[in-house]
Amino acid sequence: MIAPSAAGESPGAAETPAIDIRGVTRRFLTPEGRFNTAMRDFSLRVERGEFVCIVGPTGCGKSTTLNLVTGLIRPSAGEVRVAGEPVAGIDPGVGFVFQSDALFPWKSVLANVAAGPRYRGVPKDEALARARAWIARVGLADYETLYPHQLSGGMRKRVALAQTFINEPRILLLDEPFSALDVQTRAVMQDELLRLWSGTGASVVFVTHDLEEAVALADRVVVLTASPATVKSVHRIDLPRPRVMSEIRYEPAFVAIAHRIWNDLREEVRIGQSVGQLARVAA
Amino acid sequence: MSTAAEALAVPPAPTADFSLDSLERAALAAQKRRSVVVVALRIAIFVGVVGLWELSASLGWIDPFFFGRPTGVARQIWEWMTEGTSQGSLWLQMLVTIEETVLGFLIGSVAGVVCGIALGRNRFLADVFSLYIKIANSIPRVVLGSIFIISLGLGMASKVALAVVMVFFVVFANAFQGVREADRAMIANARILGATQWQLTTTVVIPSAMSWILASLHVSFGFALVGAVVGEFLGAKQGIGLLISTAQGAFNANGVFAAMVILAAMALVAEYAITAVENVVVRWKPAPLTADGG
Repeated sequence: MIAPSAAGESPGAAETPAIDIRGVTRRFLTPEGRFNTAMRDFSLRVERGEFVCIVGPTGCGKSTTLNLVTGLIRPSAGEVRVAGEPVAGIDPGVGFVFQSDALFPWKSVLANVAAGPRYRGVPKDEALARARAWIARVGLADYETLYPHQLSGGMRKRVALAQTFINEPRILLLDEPFSALDVQTRAVMQDELLRLWSGTGASVVFVTHDLEEAVALADRVVVLTASPATVKSVHRIDLPRPRVMSEIRYEPAFVAIAHRIWNDLREEVRIGQSVGQLARVAA
Repeated sequence: MSTAAEALAVPPAPTADFSLDSLERAALAAQKRRSVVVVALRIAIFVGVVGLWELSASLGWIDPFFFGRPTGVARQIWEWMTEGTSQGSLWLQMLVTIEETVLGFLIGSVAGVVCGIALGRNRFLADVFSLYIKIANSIPRVVLGSIFIISLGLGMASKVALAVVMVFFVVFANAFQGVREADRAMIANARILGATQWQLTTTVVIPSAMSWILASLHVSFGFALVGAVVGEFLGAKQGIGLLISTAQGAFNANGVFAAMVILAAMALVAEYAITAVENVVVRWKPAPLTADGG
């Protein structure tokens, strides 16, 4: 089911994919002492510069996919390669935007954005200068000195994006980053993400439970099965870029694609719910 | 809808609106009145309690020989201040006790923070040591004072050691808990942003444990004072604790109360100092922590 060729303008199959997950199984020990399989025989390739969205029922192991790529967790079986190399530890070329608020509450906006370069040994003045530039790019130039608790949810997400993009990641992983935002702010932030991403050439894996969000953003949408997760189907989204979030939802092509994927997803959501998991999948 | 400014729009402060302005002024005035009432009531309670004590002593309801009287306590303090105590000047006694307390507090809290963070960051060590820490925490540590007097002598060292033991476990337990409560997403974020283990500890784990640690410092300064005074009580050549035990030996109730007043004043000054430090360290917090601990 997996589309073998690369997305967009780089159909070169000879090029190594940005992310290559091959036959990964992931088990973990439950407190009761039993093995729980979160992921079974999972394979996924993400080409360079491609934007992939992963959708699936809640609790199916979508986030596990991302953690495998960061190296924060290791596969029980199978292999994960980033840019052709097996993942060993945290890859400096990886950026991650979290679902929850992962900003440092005791640091100002400026210090939060400068954290990445500072950790990587960039001199303070240079790190701050770069942070200022990124803060300006996400439209928060007047808010540099404020602390996260003084910002709105949308503004905190902007800081999180700047914090991630300042490291110039080759691979960008996002774990339901906008799920806590209201609908209007979410659309604004989706546009913001596409704007920041375009031209970077970074490969993106975006996990979401919101099917419309997935279709609106992605080059390809990957549907996962209910737990244990494996790839159920892959759908290519041939909507032209640049896309405008507030408009794209009303295009007939968008509605047709979303409907087709929903037919795939619906069954898994039903299974996920009958297993007793709380499904929050957006219709 | 698609412009960035839309999401950022923060309404400017309300412009000159006379009705709102007067409402604000009224609210401010009400707030001021309230704080005046609070201060007045505080003074009234002090005067009432101390006055009742003095009155009952002078009317013979209670025997001032056993229970002292406020004027007697005040006279005692004045006497100590002007003429010195039986063991030398009052200031020297205070200085000795403060020195023991502060030393014990500093050593105990630094050791507590370091051990708490080390064990909080290392699950294996924590599992091994947790049993012994629970045991050590449950025995009344004041008893160790006798051991310290025997082994370290009547000098300052035994009092400092007792204060350290009193402080250590409180700070340790809080630092440990604070480290354990550090947000997992925040830690993962720092690691992916490129933090080394050491950077992770200093820039994420310690700041997030800071409010726990600071809360324990409030309590533990009092514990350090208890350790120092009890140590002096058990055997010493100088200090407020010795002053109390001398007064006790002479059936001088006023002397005991006078020493208590001096200790209370010292503890209060320390409490304000710690709160001031706290306000500087955690100024990023939504609301400043109150004096009764975070």
